[in-house]
Amino acid sequence: MCNTCGCNLSDGNRHLLSPPLNRGASGSTPEKILNGLLEHNDRQARINRARLDAQGVLTINLMSSPGSGKTSLLEATIRVLEGRLRIGVIEGDLETENDADRIRALGVPAHQITTGTACHLDAHLIHGALDQLDLAQLDILFIENVGNLVCPASFDLGHHRNVILLSVTEGDDKPAKYPVMFRAADLMLISKTDLLPYLPEFSPDRAERCLRHLASMVPTLHLSARSGAGVADWIEWLAAERDGYCELLNRHQTLTPRVESEGRKLHAPSPRITFRPLASTS
Amino acid sequence: MHELSLCQNLIDQLTDLTNTHHAVAVARVEVQVGVLSGVEAQLLQSAFTLARAGTVADAAELITEVTTPRVSCRWCGAESDTPPNNLCCLACDSFDTQLIRGHELILARVELVKNEPLTL
Repeated sequence: MCNTCGCNLSDGNRHLLSPPLNRGASGSTPEKILNGLLEHNDRQARINRARLDAQGVLTINLMSSPGSGKTSLLEATIRVLEGRLRIGVIEGDLETENDADRIRALGVPAHQITTGTACHLDAHLIHGALDQLDLAQLDILFIENVGNLVCPASFDLGHHRNVILLSVTEGDDKPAKYPVMFRAADLMLISKTDLLPYLPEFSPDRAERCLRHLASMVPTLHLSARSGAGVADWIEWLAAERDGYCELLNRHQTLTPRVESEGRKLHAPSPRITFRPLASTS
Repeated sequence: MHELSLCQNLIDQLTDLTNTHHAVAVARVEVQVGVLSGVEAQLLQSAFTLARAGTVADAAELITEVTTPRVSCRWCGAESDTPPNNLCCLACDSFDTQLIRGHELILARVELVKNEPLTL
C-alpha cells in the first residue's frame, strides 16, 4: 500500500524521487522492486503472524538484557494462569536447554532455539519453532528472545506485542542508552523490584522519564517475580491485550507491535536502478 | 552483529536485480541507514566487504547515508531534529511526537553493469 500512496516517503528519502523516475539521459530506468534490507525477514514474519492468527494465538516477544528475569517472569505467569489460559513458550539462547527445561517442568510446552553465536531470533528461526508446537492448543505464546538490548529490536518475528524488561540492578538510564530497543516496547516491565530497598540509586521514575523521552507513551509496570508484587497488574495487562487481540481477529484484523506499524509507513520506496556499460567499469 | 546477515539479504536482492535486468554485475549500491534503525553503518560496510566476495557485487561500492532523527509533534505541529535518545518536541517539550525520519533502512539506489551498449 505504501508504495502506491507514497505515505512511506519521509524527509530522509523524498529526494530520491527527484528528478522524477523516468528514463533520462543518464540511462536510469524506473522499476518496482521489493526492497528494504529486512524484507526477507519481514516477509517470513508476515507468514508467521498469519499462521498465529489462524489459531488465535496472541504472541508476546520478551526482550531484555541477559539475567533481567525473563524466565522467572514466565514461571510466575504460568503459575498464575494455570487453568485460565493455555501457554506455550519459545526460548532463545546461544546454548543450553536450561530455560526450556524450567518451563517444561511446569507442564507447559516449550521449544528451545539455540542460536549458536547469533545474538537475536529472526522470523525464520521462529517459523521452524512454530512447527514444533501445537498452536491449536495455545492461547498465548511467549517468545523469550536472546538476552540482548541491541539486535533483537530490529527483527519482526511475526509476533503481536513487545514487552521489555528492565531489572532494577541494571541502572535506570537503560532506555536512554538503548533507544532502539526501548522504543520498540509496547510495555516496559521494571523487574526485580524486591531488590529496590538495596538499590537506592535506581529510580523507577527516572527510568520511566527516560522511556518518555523516546516519545513512548506505553505503560510501565513494576513487578517482582520472586515476591509476586505487581504480578497481578501484569496478568491484567496480558488479559486486556488478549481480549483486544481476539476482538481484532473477529474483525479479520491483526495486531502488530507499535514500532512495526510505525515502521511500515517509512520503509521501502523502490530503489532507483541505473545502468552502466561494461566498458566504463574497467 | 546482525549486519552480516543483513548484507547476505542485500546480496540476494542484488543478485535478483542483476538477473531481472540481464546485467552482469553490480557497480554501486546506496543504502540509507537511520541512526534508530538498529544498524551501524560502519559495521554494514565491513560486513558488505565479506558478504560480496564471489557474488555479482564482488566489485560493488557500498555507499551508506546515515539519517538522523526528525520528529513531528502531535501536540503543537512543530518538526524538530532531535538526538536519538530524546525524541521530545523541541518547541513545546511534548513527548507525544512521531518519528518521521531516522529509523529507515532502505536500499535507495543500485547501479548495474550491462554487457551491451545503452539504448538511450
